[in-house]
Amino acid sequence: MSIPMPNLDTSPHVSDEVRKTTCYMCACRCGINVHMKDGKVAYIEGNRDHPVNKGVLCAKGSAGIMQHNAPSRLRAPMRRVGPRGSGQFEEISWDEALEQAVGWLKPIRETAPEKLAFFTGRDQSQSFTGLWAQQFGTPNFAAHGGFCSVNMATAGIYTMGGAFWEFGAPDWERTKLFMIFGVAEDHDSNPIKMGLGRLKERGAKVIGVNPIRTGYNAVADEWVGITPGMDGLFILSLVHELMRAGKIDLEYLARFTNAPVLLDSDPKSDDYGMFLRDDDGKMLVIDRRTGKPAPFDQKGVQPDLNGHIRMAGVTHVTVMNQMAERYLDAKYSPDVVGPQCGISAERIRRIAAEIARVAFDEAIELDHSWTDFRGDTHDKMVGRPVSFHAMRGISAHSNGFQTCRSLHMLQIILGSVETPGGFRFKPPYPKPSTAHPKPHFTATPGKPLDGPHLGYPQGPEDLALHEDGSPIRIDKAFTWEHPLSAHGLMHMVISNAHAGDPYKVDTLFLYMANMAWNSSMNTRSVMEMLTDTDENGDYVIPNIIYSDAYSSEMVAYADLILPDTTYLERHDCISLLDRPISEPEAAADAIRWPVVEPDRDVRGFQSVLIDLAARLGLPGFVNDDGSAKFEDYADYIVNHQRKPGIGPLAGWRMGENGLSDGRGEPNEAQIDSYIANGGFGVFHIPDDAQFYKPWNNAYQDWAVNLGLYDAPAPYLFDIYVEPLRKFQRAAEGHGDRQPPEHLRERLKHTMDPLPLWYAPLSDEREDLEEFPVHALTQRPMAMYHSWGTQNAWLRQIHGHNPLYLPTHWWEKLGLSDGDWVRVTSSHGEITVPAAHMAALNENTVWTWNAIGKRKGAWALEDGAPEATKGFLLNHLIHELLPPKGDGLRWANSDPITGQAAWFDLRVKMEKAEAPAESQPGFAPIKSPVGTGPDQLRWKVGK
Amino acid sequence: MHPAPSIIAFTTLSGLGLGLLFWLGLDPTAPTGWVGFAFFAIGYAMAVGGLSASTFHLGRPERALKAFTQWQTSWLSREAWCAVAALTVMGIYAFFLVFFSVQIAPLGWLGAVLCLLTVYTTSMIYAQLKTVPRWHHWSTSALFLALALAGGALLSGRVTIAMVLLLIAGGLQAWWWQTGDKRLKDSGSSMESATGLGSIGAVRAFEPPHTGNNYLLREMVHVVGRKHSQKLRLIALGLMMVLPVLLLLLPFGHVWALVAVLAHVAGVAVARWLFFAEAEHVVGLYYGKR
Amino acid sequence: MTQLPDSTQRKLGLVIDLDTCVGCHACVVSCKGWNTENYGAPLSDQDPYGADPSGTFLNRVHSYEVQPLATSAMPHPAAQLIHFPKSCLHCEDAPCVTVCPTGASYKRVEDGIVLVNESDCIGCGLCAWACPYGARELDQAEGVMKKCTLCVDRIYNENLPEEDREPACVRTCPAGARHFGDFSDPDSAVSQLVAERGGMDLMPEQGTKPVNKYLPPRPKDGWQGETDVLAPYLEPVAEEPQGFLGWLDKTLEKL
Ligand SMILES: Nc1nc2c(c(=O)[nH]1)N[C@H]1C(S)=C(S)[C@@H](COP(=O)(O)OP(=O)(O)OC[C@H]3O[C@@H](n4cnc5c(=O)[nH]c(N)nc54)[C@H](O)[C@@H]3O)O[C@H]1N2
Ligand SMILES: Nc1nc2c(c(=O)[nH]1)N[C@H]1C(S)=C(S)[C@@H](COP(=O)(O)OP(=O)(O)OC[C@H]3O[C@@H](n4cnc5c(=O)[nH]c(N)nc54)[C@H](O)[C@@H]3O)O[C@H]1N2
Ligand code: SF4
Ligand code: SF4
Ligand code: SF4
Ligand code: SF4
Ligand code: SF4
Ligand SMILES: [Mo]
Repeated sequence: MSIPMPNLDTSPHVSDEVRKTTCYMCACRCGINVHMKDGKVAYIEGNRDHPVNKGVLCAKGSAGIMQHNAPSRLRAPMRRVGPRGSGQFEEISWDEALEQAVGWLKPIRETAPEKLAFFTGRDQSQSFTGLWAQQFGTPNFAAHGGFCSVNMATAGIYTMGGAFWEFGAPDWERTKLFMIFGVAEDHDSNPIKMGLGRLKERGAKVIGVNPIRTGYNAVADEWVGITPGMDGLFILSLVHELMRAGKIDLEYLARFTNAPVLLDSDPKSDDYGMFLRDDDGKMLVIDRRTGKPAPFDQKGVQPDLNGHIRMAGVTHVTVMNQMAERYLDAKYSPDVVGPQCGISAERIRRIAAEIARVAFDEAIELDHSWTDFRGDTHDKMVGRPVSFHAMRGISAHSNGFQTCRSLHMLQIILGSVETPGGFRFKPPYPKPSTAHPKPHFTATPGKPLDGPHLGYPQGPEDLALHEDGSPIRIDKAFTWEHPLSAHGLMHMVISNAHAGDPYKVDTLFLYMANMAWNSSMNTRSVMEMLTDTDENGDYVIPNIIYSDAYSSEMVAYADLILPDTTYLERHDCISLLDRPISEPEAAADAIRWPVVEPDRDVRGFQSVLIDLAARLGLPGFVNDDGSAKFEDYADYIVNHQRKPGIGPLAGWRMGENGLSDGRGEPNEAQIDSYIANGGFGVFHIPDDAQFYKPWNNAYQDWAVNLGLYDAPAPYLFDIYVEPLRKFQRAAEGHGDRQPPEHLRERLKHTMDPLPLWYAPLSDEREDLEEFPVHALTQRPMAMYHSWGTQNAWLRQIHGHNPLYLPTHWWEKLGLSDGDWVRVTSSHGEITVPAAHMAALNENTVWTWNAIGKRKGAWALEDGAPEATKGFLLNHLIHELLPPKGDGLRWANSDPITGQAAWFDLRVKMEKAEAPAESQPGFAPIKSPVGTGPDQLRWKVGK
Repeated sequence: MHPAPSIIAFTTLSGLGLGLLFWLGLDPTAPTGWVGFAFFAIGYAMAVGGLSASTFHLGRPERALKAFTQWQTSWLSREAWCAVAALTVMGIYAFFLVFFSVQIAPLGWLGAVLCLLTVYTTSMIYAQLKTVPRWHHWSTSALFLALALAGGALLSGRVTIAMVLLLIAGGLQAWWWQTGDKRLKDSGSSMESATGLGSIGAVRAFEPPHTGNNYLLREMVHVVGRKHSQKLRLIALGLMMVLPVLLLLLPFGHVWALVAVLAHVAGVAVARWLFFAEAEHVVGLYYGKR
Repeated sequence: MTQLPDSTQRKLGLVIDLDTCVGCHACVVSCKGWNTENYGAPLSDQDPYGADPSGTFLNRVHSYEVQPLATSAMPHPAAQLIHFPKSCLHCEDAPCVTVCPTGASYKRVEDGIVLVNESDCIGCGLCAWACPYGARELDQAEGVMKKCTLCVDRIYNENLPEEDREPACVRTCPAGARHFGDFSDPDSAVSQLVAERGGMDLMPEQGTKPVNKYLPPRPKDGWQGETDVLAPYLEPVAEEPQGFLGWLDKTLEKL
């Protein structure tokens, strides 16, 4: 039978042109092909050549066209005309706006630069914004890392010079057992999914450790529904089991870690617990060939894991010896730990056994010879194909730093960091804490700061304290309260500035952070702090400048709005100096460029900062004659040099013999070269340098060549972190910089140089009987924080968010579909829609993060479900712990790094009458951009 | 299924109108002249009104003529042809009756058959759908036909036949409801078969694909409370069958007849509302709804 | 044309791997993006910034919770969550085609793709009623039926590089949970996957003979059992630190 078929053009015209740039629907930074029709954005797909996403694209990335055209886009600079928080603005010119900003900033710079607090959110240009703040001279700069995942970042850096955060990745092609802790989505959105897909293809095993079984945990072969806050204990129990069975990589530990390093074991010594060092300051080990102490890096030395040396009647032992003492203790046995974590002892044993089996019985070997820093050549690369990954689930707790340390240690003792099948660094990592700058904070009126703000303290001497012990920074970073706060504490800025503790500021300058809503703890109070007035009726925080691209909640709380472009309309630089897009096989950096010109009176924020810098005459941004040094950000990207020959972009520089990668003079055609190459540059690591990077001469040389290091800098992994011991030692009363009394005990306990577990700090202050339930948030894969909501396509997927309750509580409260619950913490109360979920830890409830919206924001209509049924958990979370009665403000943060402890939240619940809208409700703000159209029929090429 | 007013009006009115025309076509002493005109006008108004109401349901009514093309496979297309044929044939038949008082009986018989065929094709639009187990049964066609015949008899003033047919149709309707309630379960379609996950365990919908609404949910998923539907079934039966039969038992009066007809029409409309509102489309299984 | 071909020359379709899908909705949105700009009318959205946003999507990702039955080895099995993408399955016995009164719906003889010829569609909705899978949505702005085209305007498109001639949803899926190919060829990658992993039909009882297949999730939580005496637990070398250090010395000597 022949059936007539309509004529169909199966080869229609796809687009006039493809412009390749970098996605910014989230911070993963995938490469995108932007298909253009009639000069307009028609369709966005992944760039197959791109090192990050290799062609794939997530939901957000594909929805970029709706973001780029969102009705919520700001249109022009604005000056506030109504009271703060009302949303009433008038549009002004850029000249007026910039003069206004200069009018506020110039006097501050000349008299008291610390009166400017400049904090940025999901900033991808921190090396630039940081430089700007440094040249301005304020010590008060940081990005959002403090409330994000600084525990993970610093724990990794201090332990091994890189972290499970975006500084490395599992060897997806070779790993056979992959264990993922506390991850819903992560920054590496697409690479993790691609990696999981590869594992599934190869039939490798995936274990998900998470109270909630969605997403990655749903596809995991084994789901461990752990009780929140308990991971450290679970991990140390695995360490206990592995050590007890001798299933650790002794050779690796001896060669590449400080496990064999000798500790001053004399309790009477001032240096008790510090490393024994030779006269050159080199750590000492016992050389197994001689039985004598030797510097750890001496050629041919064979460090003895169980070495000891007796001096002046004291036997000094190794770090390994301390590890045995600690981790073989029965308190870490599965039988003890299991019930506390909500995991059966058998299962912990089973997982430990499986880790050991895969690591040691399924070891893999690559036939690549390599030479280590001691000069020893190895003819093979031995891999133990077990890898871990973890993120905020273990990091956003007040015991997160030590928990993250524990997991890094577990990966290390298996000998599977930087070996095939294990965890691998992404350049510029590995980079140990000692290779990072220390914090700088010395402000001098009219002068730049003495160095970069953020860094890695090596001891009490690096703390940002005045003579009298008071904090130098507004966020109290680098103080005894959280000594290693390497990313600052953005979540404390508004609260501290409002309280005048440690001092008041004059201008709060925020960029890309929705601090009046989803990125704040204690959202209602933050809104009040931003609008609070003093006895003269003046705002307590006098001036607020904000740069956003969209009509977010925060816009309403600023006095001056500097509207940014969308990500398709500006230059950006994703630099090796900052948070590049490298993968373990290659260093890589990227740009964004205006694939379309803005159709509104908006400017790229970085270009605006450059303009401001010129108007303020900031050194480095002006020529000797006072004229602007850079025309705009693109000019800066090409021509700024951090050090001679090193600039924001590593590719297509001008070497001595033509174009070169890494080091070289600025090249005016650099951006064009990036564009021609798809928006990125990739700098491959040679085969013999692919693994063992911290100790591999070939890698070290390659890295020096590319400009990542100035000289080879091999180092040992710090299972034992000496700087922590220094703080602990101070708390024990040694040294001249002493902590305040009220922090002494806490420092002694928490600043342990070997990983340990302690209960989340808030547990001491809460009535655990009254608040028996843990409340968490997760990132939805199809939404990016607050900024996905303005997207007509994405908001249909996640337009509101129920609170998911486990069966235990669902039944206990007698709930059925459509019911609402009142959820109360020691700080606040919300009333929200409830839903049932069985695949959930039985004492955990959760919801999607940042779906709830304030009426009037994001160009949505007031009845939008985001505002009527959506909600934030943030109303229940306080930036301070419940008061202790000592008159002090105790931050709800990790005591080591200051990481905001979002996930320590405990609540109680009851069934509630369904209110008309989720509670608390807030008065609508006036939308500066109106609302969107009531129908979309999007098609560019008609 | 979504009980769209346009489709309820369409099936209710066209069924009754065609039923009336059927009886007029068979009637050996069909009315002529003004009386005939009145009868035919009512029949046509209902049939054509119903059919045109169905176009309100179309996304592109201006292309409605295209619906005639696929009579080989499509019941909707067949319905279109039958309707046109029935209305044309009955039109010629009526024309001669009304204006010339000439009864061309074979034309009437043909028209009558075509009217029934049209009702049958309408019913098959629903009964063919495996996706709606409640409808997917021979009894759906029987019910449509029975209601058309009973309603037509009532409208055409055939008291005895109408009473008998009303009782039959009412009984059928009650039985159809009764058995219909089990049909989804018996169809073998379940969340387990829909998802293929039954071999692991009991399946429950967790999150819908979108928190936003969609066409499928609006069109295919309509949940009626059990109590509510029982009540409506009683009302429908009362109006479509019990009340008209009781009224017909009374001595004949135009007012009572009119009330009987209106009650019947209202009862059928309620039953049709239920016909759609209670019909579970298997797609609901994907949403954990039925 | 609403007759179904007796057989098609090829059977193009998708394999969806339920063991791998992480439920990210990437396929949903890339499909929306491609099909808004390409084949036929754009996929419209109603009330896109308001209280009741709703639009046309050709592919949606459900999620289900499955509670395994308790067994003696596993008395309290954990519930599982499965992400479940669903678009047109391009059925061999497509009821959506035969019901169509206008011939707008048809199944292509050359590759089995089920399409709607939008210029013939009257938007009666009957095909959507006939589809058991919810694979058809009537576009509210255009008044015509929309459905997955299997990206017929990509897979043969000579304006696209060879490697991109696959459906948008497949090209974008980060986890690689979607595969496209010809099921009539037993050697094709999709046929092989189906054979190896026990690819299944959705609602086989509906008799639609779907071309698209779903790979079931692999068995999960095998280590959850409490009573597994054969479990390969680790043998201790030492219970106490001193014993451990002794073992350490001995082992190091052997290295
Ligand atoms: N309850 C709870 N709260 C949390 C978390 C949690 O897990 N649970 N997570 C925390 C974490 S880790 C983070 S990082 C924060 C994130 O919270 P925020 O830092 O507030 O992040 P976003 O909401 O993504 O967006 C910030 C602002 O950036 C604006 N923006 C978007 N694109 C551009 C652009 O191109 N230019 C400019 N200038 N602005 C733009 C958006 O409009 C938005 O107003 O939330 C924190 N809050
Ligand atoms: N799509 C999308 N991607 C994003 C973002 C986004 O908003 N949307 N935001 C970006 C940002 S700023 C960040 S910081 C990253 C964060 O990425 P993730 O680290 O994945 O952050 P969360 O979504 O907060 O997920 C935390 C996970 O930890 C689990 N968890 C909570 N407490 C515990 C615990 O005690 N133990 C264990 N084992 N698990 C626990 C939660 O259940 C949840 O699954 O994502 C980035 N990527
Ligand atoms: S993960 Fe998605 S949103 Fe983030 S950069 Fe990549 S494509 Fe864009
Ligand atoms: S893109 Fe792939 S992983 Fe994501 S929802 Fe679709 S099929 Fe699943
Ligand atoms: S899935 Fe539905 S629309 Fe697609 S061919 Fe099968 S019946 Fe037709
Ligand atoms: S909606 Fe269009 S394609 Fe579907 S049956 Fe009606 S005419 Fe055919
Ligand atoms: S094949 Fe094309 S039309 Fe079909 S679901 Fe995938 S992207 Fe959408
Ligand atoms: Mo974050």
